[in-house]
Amino acid sequence: MNKTVNQKAWFLVLPVLILVGFSAVIPLMTVVNYSVQDTFGNNVFFWAGLDWFRDMLESERMWNALGRQLVFSSIILAIEVPLGIFVALNMPKKGFWASFCLVLMSLPLLIPWNVVGTIWQIFGRVDIGLLGYVLAKLGVNYNYTQNVIDAWATVIIMDVWHWTSLVALLAYAGLQSIPDAYYQAAKIDQASRWKVFRFIELPKMAGVLMIAILLRFMDSFMIYTEPFVVTGGGPGNATTFLSIDLVKMALGQFDLGPAAAFSLMYFLVILLISWVFYTVMTNLDKRDGV
Amino acid sequence: MAKITLDNLAHSYLKQPKSDDDWALKELNHDWADGEAYALLGSSGCGKSTLLNIISGLLRPSRGRILFDGRDVTDAPTAERNIAQVFQFPVVYDTMTVGENLAFPLKNRGADPKYIAERVNSIAAMIGMEDQLRRKARGLTADAKQKISLGRGMVREDVNALLFDEPLTVIDPHMKWELRTQLKQLHHDFGHTMIYVTHDQTEALTFADKVVVMYDGRVVQIGTPQELFERPAHTFVGFFIGSPGMNLFDAQVSGATATVQGVAVPLGDSYAPVAGQVQIGVRPEFVRLHAGGEGLPARILRVEDVGRHKIVRLDVGGTAANAILDEGTPVPAGADRVSFDTEAINVYADEWRVAPGTAQGRAA
Amino acid sequence: MSDATTSAPGAASIPGDVSAAEPRARTRRRFRPNGSMIVMALYLLFLMLPIYWLLNMSLKTNAEILSGFSLWPRNLTLANYEKILTDPSWYMGYVNSIIYVTMNTVISISVALPAAYAFSRYSFMGDKHLFFWLLTNRMAPPAVFALPFFQLYSSVGLFDTHIAVALAHTLFNVPLAVWILEGFMRGVPREIDETAYIDGYSFPKFFVKIFMPLIASGIGVAAFFCFMFSWVELLLSRTLTSVDAKPIAATMTRTVSASGLDWGVLAAAGVLTILPGALVIWFVRNYIAKGFALGRV
Repeated sequence: MNKTVNQKAWFLVLPVLILVGFSAVIPLMTVVNYSVQDTFGNNVFFWAGLDWFRDMLESERMWNALGRQLVFSSIILAIEVPLGIFVALNMPKKGFWASFCLVLMSLPLLIPWNVVGTIWQIFGRVDIGLLGYVLAKLGVNYNYTQNVIDAWATVIIMDVWHWTSLVALLAYAGLQSIPDAYYQAAKIDQASRWKVFRFIELPKMAGVLMIAILLRFMDSFMIYTEPFVVTGGGPGNATTFLSIDLVKMALGQFDLGPAAAFSLMYFLVILLISWVFYTVMTNLDKRDGV
Repeated sequence: MAKITLDNLAHSYLKQPKSDDDWALKELNHDWADGEAYALLGSSGCGKSTLLNIISGLLRPSRGRILFDGRDVTDAPTAERNIAQVFQFPVVYDTMTVGENLAFPLKNRGADPKYIAERVNSIAAMIGMEDQLRRKARGLTADAKQKISLGRGMVREDVNALLFDEPLTVIDPHMKWELRTQLKQLHHDFGHTMIYVTHDQTEALTFADKVVVMYDGRVVQIGTPQELFERPAHTFVGFFIGSPGMNLFDAQVSGATATVQGVAVPLGDSYAPVAGQVQIGVRPEFVRLHAGGEGLPARILRVEDVGRHKIVRLDVGGTAANAILDEGTPVPAGADRVSFDTEAINVYADEWRVAPGTAQGRAA
Repeated sequence: MSDATTSAPGAASIPGDVSAAEPRARTRRRFRPNGSMIVMALYLLFLMLPIYWLLNMSLKTNAEILSGFSLWPRNLTLANYEKILTDPSWYMGYVNSIIYVTMNTVISISVALPAAYAFSRYSFMGDKHLFFWLLTNRMAPPAVFALPFFQLYSSVGLFDTHIAVALAHTLFNVPLAVWILEGFMRGVPREIDETAYIDGYSFPKFFVKIFMPLIASGIGVAAFFCFMFSWVELLLSRTLTSVDAKPIAATMTRTVSASGLDWGVLAAAGVLTILPGALVIWFVRNYIAKGFALGRV
């Protein structure tokens, strides 16, 4: 669509600019400010240059957290995206059962994140939780507070439980936009089920799937509340993801300088990876178009 | 290629159809002769797409059977029926190239690659896209996409029937004409059974050997374009075909005379006494205008010059009517009467045409 | 239907076949193979089991929870719910949450509407950069902003107020709302705007009277997402409140750390936090599928 050039449109954007400026720019400046200063308390600050950044880049702690975070986000995407598509393909197309599935599937998305944590914390407990109890009865030595593998498994299953529906609902919306004629034409062309998926459904879902992957990547990279409630970042530091580490550092230890430097690098990593995702996907889109 | 037989076919989208209105397609018996080109004509919602989808197997009829060359295929899936269908809106596999799109139906049936390449090239030539075979289908115009859909429909040579569901809706007018000519040529060359659904009478009349007119879930007439024009079997056919449609006047018919608004109108044949709501129908082409003399009193509302001829809008005793005059013929000065070409008048009872010349009629 | 089948010759001669053929034909028309139903049943079971377990526990006494394992409450009790609904320190948490979530939704939508209109209709200096910058705020980890927010709102005297949380949540909700609304507005042809101006509508009148009803579903979807993300967020809302505006989610975490043992009350509180979301979903159930596509399919 050809848009008219109109500089007065700035006035329409102004409220957003002021609001987001207030809630984003000022705090971000504060963070930048901390990141280049040091303090011995009493609100006396002095210039520390890029020392904190250097420290953080050399700190094993941050690299470990970043590594865990990347592994976690990759696993999450690898499970939730295919599973979400699979669920969407199997959802009823219309009628009562479609609404029924939609409502139940949306439910986990609207549960406060710490309650999600609480639910799984209870669910996985060996003494009172269904999952833990059944596993224990089956002779599996399961304990998410002691065992690293169990903790990871619990956190991952929790995230799959929490967010797969988002991917599924987006994919479902994409599927719903496919006119019946496509399926009919495929039948007439004698296309196999796989070819229907590969050449009709997947291309039509591509747009919404990109949104789903981006959203899931960003949110899984920022995950804090749910694992914090379930494992508290433990056992040891096994499930201490970036946000958990950051909050520990900033609010727990009040190491403002390193925390601020950490924050900025964290933010930059997310921006960078999201940007890479975004450009790669839009380029794929464009290449197809030519 | 096959003869397609519809045996007591009917369809309703409801599970428990009750009244007559619940049936999208009312009971229907018909043979589609092998190798003929049919047009299925009707306004939207008359059941023509339903009928098409039943033939292609995308819908299972609620009642009756469908046979291909005498074999019952009512429960056979689409793939087994070996038909091709082109839809109203372009269906194109976006991520494939134009060539891959055309090859798709053949590939899925495991055809020989050499044969596929050959067919794709000849179809591409036909739809005029030889130079775009390697281009991705995404981003093409609706025109081009629909041409690909048409091409995909025609790529198989051994189909039982080719079905078209208003395929030219999205195509530019000049391209429409060209594609229709190509379809006709194709029919001429290969002799496929073709069924072409449309609501455009020009398309139907120029494409088909036989036109099937549908109205309200019912087939009201099957005939050649000429039959539809001269002897519409139902007032809907008279109204729907022709521009403007047939004029209808309430009348009483007795023998070879109809009485319209108290004026006697001679008929071309004599009729037995007809019951129900009786009307006579006469196409605007056969309406004559003159000043004084015999005929019905009429008032000229307006004259529209559409190029090849003039349309005269009339008020005949409260009933709207039209007359068509050739371009060269002037509207007679002071014209206040209309009369009709006797041979061109049809008589209708409750909207259905009444055949003339029964024994009773002659006796009277 | 049975009428239809029997009228088909061949089928009529074998009455047993008639009843067998009928459901098969109907199934093929309505559903895909039954595998889908099994997949969906398993998936929904996976989703519902943990929630059921929470509900189960919320209906037990703490003693029953700890004394033994049971799939359903033996001594059904509503005592846990009673405690929450009679104790202001509990139920005020819900009130606080609902107040700031509503404030946030209203603020986010009302500032996002004109901005989304500008992005969808006009091109102006820096528009693309501005749009991308807005979206980057959706990518900002709340953990990064927790401390600066705390200091910022403390310094302007807004700490522990509803408006502080509402404003903080605009950080990620406004970009999202602008993005969703822009998608829906692009779907409205510009001829509508032009016709309205020709008919003599002023911009504000046109916007409220003509344009907003046209994108009503978009506004609904954006509001739904604002509600959702504001309702589920905890880190910022907990950091910015202490007593007066403390959200229910935070109330719960503190109970865990303080007594840590009253599982029944905790579960009941959890169940009650699910209810508002469930209510909202119920109202928008017919728009969910379209809404999740964010107007971009």
